[in-house]
Amino acid sequence: MIDKIVASCAAAVADVPDGACVMIGGFGTAGLPNELTEALLVQGARDLVIVNNNAGNGEHGLAALIAAGRVRKVVCSFPRQADSHHFDRAYREGRIELELVPQGNLAERIRAAGAGIGGFFTPTGYGTELARGKETREIGGRMYVLEYPIHADYAFIKAERGDRWGNLTYRMTARNFGPVMAMAATVTIATVNEVVALGALDPEAVVTPGIFVQRVVPIVRAATRAGGFGSAP
Amino acid sequence: MTTPRWTRDQMAARVAADIDEGMVVNLGIGLPTLVANHIAREREVLLHSENGVLGIGPAPAAGAEDYDLINAGKQPVTLRPGGVFFHHADSFAMMRGGHLDCCVLGAFQVAANGDLANWSTGAPDAIPAVGGAMDLATGARKTFVMMEHVTKAGEARIVERCTYPVTGLACVSRIYTDLAVIDVTPRGLRVRERAEGLSHEELQRLTGAVLLA
Repeated sequence: MIDKIVASCAAAVADVPDGACVMIGGFGTAGLPNELTEALLVQGARDLVIVNNNAGNGEHGLAALIAAGRVRKVVCSFPRQADSHHFDRAYREGRIELELVPQGNLAERIRAAGAGIGGFFTPTGYGTELARGKETREIGGRMYVLEYPIHADYAFIKAERGDRWGNLTYRMTARNFGPVMAMAATVTIATVNEVVALGALDPEAVVTPGIFVQRVVPIVRAATRAGGFGSAP
Repeated sequence: MTTPRWTRDQMAARVAADIDEGMVVNLGIGLPTLVANHIAREREVLLHSENGVLGIGPAPAAGAEDYDLINAGKQPVTLRPGGVFFHHADSFAMMRGGHLDCCVLGAFQVAANGDLANWSTGAPDAIPAVGGAMDLATGARKTFVMMEHVTKAGEARIVERCTYPVTGLACVSRIYTDLAVIDVTPRGLRVRERAEGLSHEELQRLTGAVLLA
């Protein structure tokens, strides 16, 4: 019998080693799998490379991991937010490395890893600082930049419902990076607000097929809090 | 004498007037967000947000906010009937693949050839952050910029060449400011409209690139 249900976040993250690359889903505060990230904080792994759209909000989850000095590098599109003070301090003190990636390139690089694509040419970023030193090519009269996939050892994502085969659905914009990160990691761990019986999810409506998910952890539903208000021109 | 200028709401209304029935539009963070308030309710316009939602409705009533349903500015929104959710790679495929009719972005500077600078001031101590700015600038079929015509210090934001790091090359097609509406054309910057009572000469004086009448 295939049963991917794991009873606790602590058990689900127990084997994450030092130096692991961990993708963490979420945009703003929607879809942040903070229960898993905080379990990793307790677990103690260090020297981590984190892939997330942002670089932590407030005091919890990724922000707490950064504050504890456990993150070597962040790969993200938008680290600077009103409540990203832990990242800001670590960055200014030179304690954390940042790889800044345009958001769509980040999503596509993650998707490419999951889809077995060795690289792709994208128009995004051409002619900018973020494409400096990268291979470019003219295709059909337009200029493109070569980008490579981002693989991860683990992906932490937050879903709404899941079954013991790992099939998942999401809730509104909390879906964000979950489906692509699930594809790109060797071990994908999804928290779900509800575990349902096999066959209970409408197969036409499953968003992430269970093949991309290794562990499913039920959590107690909590309302998503506000946060992550950014600064913009 | 003070320069005649449009208010932020007048600017937003002016942008909204160019958004036609049936268009798919992404409104950037900041000033462009105001445009949504000025799109006539009876007009079916699909608002896209890069975090994975198409068909954004009006802001939720106080107390009805759900932070699983937010826009790219992390503000709570609502979903119109027919609206849909999708993951990030699909969301940016909508942009990059040319499926969005237009995006409206804020900016620090726009150059006469349509180069856009809106992601970094290049300040050495600043923490860089780009988000979806580069994807939007190059991905949407048309990129509109909405910004104050000059900086708080009075410096021109419309310039011959951007001095801030660029977001995208030759990507802007129209600029809406508090003073004018200006098209970026292969022949240069062409003024479509000026704020009432503002002369072409005064507008030119506040602009760092040559304006065609």
